[in-house]
Amino acid sequence: MRNRDGEIIMAFEAIAEILEKCNREQISFPEVVIQEDMRDRAVSREETWIQMASMWEAMHAASQSYEAERKSNSGLVGGAGGRMEEYVKKGRVLCGERMGRVIARALQMGESNACMKRIVAAPTAGACGVLPAVLVPLYEDGEITEEQVIEALFVTAGIGQVIATRASIAGASGGCQAEIGSASAMAAGALVYVSGGSKEQVADAVAMSLKNLLGLVCDPVAGLVEVPCVKRNVIGAVNAMAAADMALAGITSAIPADQVIDAMKEVGDAMHVSLRETGEGGLAGSKAALEITRKLRMKA
Amino acid sequence: MNIFDILGPVMVGPSSSHTAGAVRIGFITRRLLGESPVKALITLSGSFAATGAGHGTDVALVAGLLGMKPDDMRVPESLSLAKEEGLEISFDFANLKEAHPNTAVLRVTGESGRELEVQASSLGGGRIMVNKLDGIEVNFTGESPTLIVHNMDQPGHVAEVTSMLSHKSVNIATMQLYRDHRGGYAVMVIEMDQNVPREALDWLSRLEGIIKVTYLDKEK
Repeated sequence: MRNRDGEIIMAFEAIAEILEKCNREQISFPEVVIQEDMRDRAVSREETWIQMASMWEAMHAASQSYEAERKSNSGLVGGAGGRMEEYVKKGRVLCGERMGRVIARALQMGESNACMKRIVAAPTAGACGVLPAVLVPLYEDGEITEEQVIEALFVTAGIGQVIATRASIAGASGGCQAEIGSASAMAAGALVYVSGGSKEQVADAVAMSLKNLLGLVCDPVAGLVEVPCVKRNVIGAVNAMAAADMALAGITSAIPADQVIDAMKEVGDAMHVSLRETGEGGLAGSKAALEITRKLRMKA
Repeated sequence: MNIFDILGPVMVGPSSSHTAGAVRIGFITRRLLGESPVKALITLSGSFAATGAGHGTDVALVAGLLGMKPDDMRVPESLSLAKEEGLEISFDFANLKEAHPNTAVLRVTGESGRELEVQASSLGGGRIMVNKLDGIEVNFTGESPTLIVHNMDQPGHVAEVTSMLSHKSVNIATMQLYRDHRGGYAVMVIEMDQNVPREALDWLSRLEGIIKVTYLDKEK
């Protein structure tokens, strides 16, 4: 089967399908994804594991290579991650210390991306800050092992694949909900998994996190992956933490994850083209944005 | 779309479609040319033209032509590296009709004088599609081993190619046929699950009626 762009699609088509396979074969969520990848790409278990481990290594390295003094080429972003980190160190964060660090990490990775540094698209470059923002603090605090992180990344890949198959992970097709929304759903699932939640709780966290970001438009100022993209990584990460905590508390979603994803597709299809990565509508069309765009054009 | 299209690629920012995809378009053009390019005219269309500069699309395409991958830290410096390596670059803008919004056309000349024109688009997440080769429509991603055969539009050439593949135990994943007009110039694009041995490609390229054989092995 090929999608609109002529690409071959072969992947999980439903979160429910993954859960069914877990039950039928008595295996874990990441194990289902690992086995499917071994089959799909005809690789060994070791090969798929090593490749995922290298993704984590790159993600972790990227989160440590942030440079607070660096600005993007346009000069629009840079430094916010450093400022947030300083603020957290003062110890009076309204959201609490852990969440303060999640916010700082999300900003830092978003800014590194805008400054043409090396990052891991997860699922896209614009949304690359969400997953590391929630996973790196847990890992650095010694609450989760590297093996757990890598397993969690397989969970996120399975979730992302379903979203890409049923809906989209591209802002140009589905708006920001498809990028930051998808990243947030992946991160929420990962958090529930590493916290020892059940696979049903993983699915609920996916549903709740995506529901909360439904309708988010892609309105980049001057068409750049900078404003509002960097800070949208923050809402993706914070929302993932909240959805994971809700799921772990036993709160369920009235709408199953797969149907939330279908709703996201419907909302994306209905979204006006000016709100889908064209840099025309929403914030991109604001007076301040038009002024920024005019100045950048003059510079170029 | 495999799981590492979802988690990944590892890349230099800021945009998987406008930066990582652009590096890949440059890189696949180099591989299709089969040698180092010395001259390139790069035409940006659609969103590549509109927001390419802010996303480093121009430097990314050049980085790919120099043989860099999307995660190469030297991507931002590709224009000065091109100068050092003797690759002459010029840019142009166009509004190609019926093309994907993120499209570039690269007209390249290799060190031996070989010329090639590649039209390719960036589909998102760093994934790309080659849409035209020397003006003839094709559609392939370069992710699987890919065989591109230019031949005269005569009976029997498809059978020659497929029986060669069968003989070498190569499984065909997808196959597309194009021609400019009946009895004219035809192109077949075959994506496969295994690599094709070099001697089989040499045999194929010597057959009568076969004009050109281009082969991309599995990208590492």
